[in-house]
Amino acid sequence: MRIIVSIKQVPDTTEVRVDPETNTLIREGVESIINPFDMYAIEEAVRLKEKHGAETIVITMGPPQAESALREALALGIDKAIHITDRAFAGSDTWATSYILAQAVKKIGEYDLIICGKQASDGDTAQVGPGMAAHLDLPQIAYVKKIEEISQEKKMIVAERLVEDGFETLKAPLPCLITVVKEINEPRLPSLRGKMRAKKAEIVKWNKDAIGVEEDKIGLRGSPTQVVKIFTPPQKKGGEIWQGEPEELGARLAKELKKYL
Amino acid sequence: MLNYELTEEQKEIRELCRRLAEEKIKPYSQEWDEANKMPDEVLKIFAQSDLFSLCIPEEYGGMGGGLLDLCIATEEISRIDGGVAASYAASFLGMFPILLFGTEEQKKKYLPRLAAGESIAAFGLTEPEAGSDAAAVKTTARKDGKFYILNGTKHFITNGGVADIYTIIAVTDKKRGPRGMSAFIVEKGTEGFEFGKKEDKMGIRASATRELIFNEARVPDENLLGGREGTGFIVTMKTFDQSRPGVAAQAVGIAQGALEMAAKYAHQREQFGRKISSFQGIQWMLADMAAKIEAARALVYAAARMVDRGEKNSGPASAAAKLFASDTAMEVATQAVQIFGGYGYMKEYGIEKFMRDAKITQIYEGTNQIQKEIIALDLIKRYTK
Repeated sequence: MRIIVSIKQVPDTTEVRVDPETNTLIREGVESIINPFDMYAIEEAVRLKEKHGAETIVITMGPPQAESALREALALGIDKAIHITDRAFAGSDTWATSYILAQAVKKIGEYDLIICGKQASDGDTAQVGPGMAAHLDLPQIAYVKKIEEISQEKKMIVAERLVEDGFETLKAPLPCLITVVKEINEPRLPSLRGKMRAKKAEIVKWNKDAIGVEEDKIGLRGSPTQVVKIFTPPQKKGGEIWQGEPEELGARLAKELKKYL
Repeated sequence: MLNYELTEEQKEIRELCRRLAEEKIKPYSQEWDEANKMPDEVLKIFAQSDLFSLCIPEEYGGMGGGLLDLCIATEEISRIDGGVAASYAASFLGMFPILLFGTEEQKKKYLPRLAAGESIAAFGLTEPEAGSDAAAVKTTARKDGKFYILNGTKHFITNGGVADIYTIIAVTDKKRGPRGMSAFIVEKGTEGFEFGKKEDKMGIRASATRELIFNEARVPDENLLGGREGTGFIVTMKTFDQSRPGVAAQAVGIAQGALEMAAKYAHQREQFGRKISSFQGIQWMLADMAAKIEAARALVYAAARMVDRGEKNSGPASAAAKLFASDTAMEVATQAVQIFGGYGYMKEYGIEKFMRDAKITQIYEGTNQIQKEIIALDLIKRYTK
């Protein structure tokens, strides 16, 4: 079995502070980490490898410093890392990013499963994973909280996914893409041997030519999303709880509602 | 921290242990302290991160590093929880005799299991009447065909009940005094080997401390450490030479943790309309604490490096490191509570735990008075020839 894990390096939001003067994020000195949701994706891949035997590959699209995220994934037990990096990728939105990652996956060739974290902690879109599946024309199961069964022989996966009011159990053919939620496992710490191995490991680097992307589908040009404005949403007022006799409360509610008629 | 010219691997050990302590121990530290125990899974986390493979040669499944590696790991864990660190380091205390004196078969059998963290070890020397006077051991071992039959009680044994492999010191020939003591590897589940009273301690409460009871316990003769009788006392002394820098590192870690909490608190707490960190009285306390910790750390690392280089007379250096670092830990932890004032006396603030945890480092693996004796005897030997 071959499993691909797609990850993103993000600023450690637990350490991000707001500049009280300008109300903007202070980015200087903020550490970069693997997107917390992707840690569950890595852990699940390593667990599947331990249970069923598999080759695990981690990919990321990002600037040169994203290499440290790949090394950490290797320290956690992933076998191989591919860094997809090119200045031409800068400004890519979720559509362009998922296209670029899909092209990289195509270059890898054969695989059985792609695992992504449900969303990144910086952008919070939850679109890149499903976008990759769309570009690759793969079945997808998002928000997976448990892999019930996976079989390379039967070429299928059965997984439980979280939905708003409970969970669904879905069966899909392999290859398939899943995105995972934090309920799926508890990520381990890296091992010392893993860390030492990761330090020396060779990281494969692919640029736009290596993965054969069309120029007008990447970067700002290939990104249909335009960020018009970034703002802090106004705080919602808390609800009110009324207590009293039904008749009294009914009358009060009716009076209150009349105001809006 | 000074530049100790650590290797890449040692830096990785520090970073990994710091993360392990912050993420997997800190949130539960107070809970385990109150419960007087921690879940078994905690040591599994150490195993999964390869932290039991330190100090063990590669040929036996270890990482092949030295004592300084273990000191760094112990220090970082102790910075968050001295009790968890005690349990972790005590496994090495049980392992060292096998590494130092075991036969090739014994090393091949036990070291890989310990390096992988599949088994935890413990060292059994102390008895109700044999503490500082290590030669006063009363537990006996008599030969019976292919077995040794052990009888007696060990107490205050760190990892008692938790460990799978116990290195036990027992008397094989009473007439020969200290030379009549031998060491045995005893596995949990051995017939006639049971666990007694679990101690309710002042500090390091996450670690288990328990009585070991041997009642006609049948230990195969191949488990006589080194395959020779009469080595028990030298095994004990050499083991402590190896393990004392570890206790000293535990003390440095406890002191460092207490200092960091005190400095942070001093910068939050306001009295007389200003942060108490702005008072010279507090600043001087913090400065003294920091300077002493760094001196202790330098001494501990130097002693560990002496052991790693295989220098013959590392015993007095190990003793000095243990003496100085543990006294520093006790002083620093007490001062940290003082800086917290009334809040420091309350369990809720978590600083009093450091004071309780620090105390044991002045007592176990040889009281500080015994350390002074080791240092003094070496001095007298050296300068009165």
